[in-house]
Amino acid sequence: MSAAPTRRPQPWPIRVAHWVNVPLLIIMAGSGLQILVAYPMLGPRGRPYGWYPFQGTPPPEWARLGDWLAGARQWHFAFGGFLALNGLLYLLYLAFSGEWRRRLFFPRRDTRNAVDTLAYYLRLRKQPPPQGLYNGLQRLAYTSALLLGILAVFSGLTLYKPVQLGALTTVLGGYDSARALHLLALALLALFTVGHVILVLLHPRSLVEMVTGGRKPDGP
Amino acid sequence: MAPRHLILAPRPRLLTRRTALLGAATLTAAACDSARPRAGFLGAMERVNARLQAALFDENQLAPELPPEEATPPGAFPQYFISDAVPLAPPGWTLRVGGMVARPARLTLEELQRLPSTQYRIRHHCVEGWSAVASWHGVRLRDLAEYVGADPAAPYVELRSFDSGYWSSWDRPSAFHPQTMLAYGMNGQPLPPEHGAPLRLYSAVKLGYKMVKYLTEVNFLPQPTSGYWEERGYEWYAGL
Repeated sequence: MSAAPTRRPQPWPIRVAHWVNVPLLIIMAGSGLQILVAYPMLGPRGRPYGWYPFQGTPPPEWARLGDWLAGARQWHFAFGGFLALNGLLYLLYLAFSGEWRRRLFFPRRDTRNAVDTLAYYLRLRKQPPPQGLYNGLQRLAYTSALLLGILAVFSGLTLYKPVQLGALTTVLGGYDSARALHLLALALLALFTVGHVILVLLHPRSLVEMVTGGRKPDGP
Repeated sequence: MAPRHLILAPRPRLLTRRTALLGAATLTAAACDSARPRAGFLGAMERVNARLQAALFDENQLAPELPPEEATPPGAFPQYFISDAVPLAPPGWTLRVGGMVARPARLTLEELQRLPSTQYRIRHHCVEGWSAVASWHGVRLRDLAEYVGADPAAPYVELRSFDSGYWSSWDRPSAFHPQTMLAYGMNGQPLPPEHGAPLRLYSAVKLGYKMVKYLTEVNFLPQPTSGYWEERGYEWYAGL
């Protein structure tokens, strides 16, 4: 059974989780970048990672929150739990409402549609492929963002408790590796957000639906 | 006469989405002061997180021992003290151990070295975000506590130094973790002055600023106290 066909495009739990995410992500990104200022390097002391191109470069001031290391850390840990909780509630809702079927990317079902949609965006194809709530490319983007959020939370937990959560630290390749993954998750989420905002501006109806929930589909 | 129709305007709502959002934003801004991060909402959440961290704490959870090739290159392990120059131990240095103990003591380095010793090579985590590795040897704080007969009812341990008044305080479970020691040696050598000689705290379970160097005093206390950085806004628990 697919997600109820009579359900609005954006049920209220999805909308609440989505909009709660906005201030939380801004707070976490800003305070995280301010924390990075204290040591803007990746890799352990004396052995910085050679592949990281921004060694020693502090993030720009406009992107920071918390003024100094202690302030930023207290912001980060005051709100990090709420971000994780919001994500958890969202996942639980996806799982129990059946919404995951029309939102998550399944390679076998969605790859073709994602490629065709990309071809349409690139003007290589005249007509967009058929789509339900989302096209394959959207499903890919939203599912990737969800996975990045999960990576951000787990790498963050590792940085917070590298000893007590020792098994998690090992899975992520150690403390310094988790720190690099934490920053990578932020960079990719920021990239996603830029693309997301541009595409929403090109398709304003999706913004309206994320605010009001949108109209219920006409019944049979 | 027919009753006059009243135009039924919706009652003005006190709580609209807009006022709720503006209110939440205003409250957040007012309760989160980066200059005083241990007050307001940030401080309240620090206390919530400290309780979570204490509940999560497992004294049997050890930091992994690292192989010798993991060592931070010589000179790259950062030195840290708040005095203008490397603090040097006063002549006749002893460690005072007091508070809720059966046998308050002043211990010389030789006396401390006669207590059971331990050693490990583990990763150091600084509040700034870097990590480094060295090996440390010394006496477990729990062994010192046993030696002086520390009262099991003393839930806090305070550590003071001769580094311009640098100090901190710990919860008992973290202080009694098997990988929390009073270190008198580093990388197989006597502890150098740049890293806290003659005696410093070292531990697997706290951030670097909790590990007081240049120790002069260990006090077992009934109440939590603060610390040099804690008074300036850094979190008190700071567990790893």
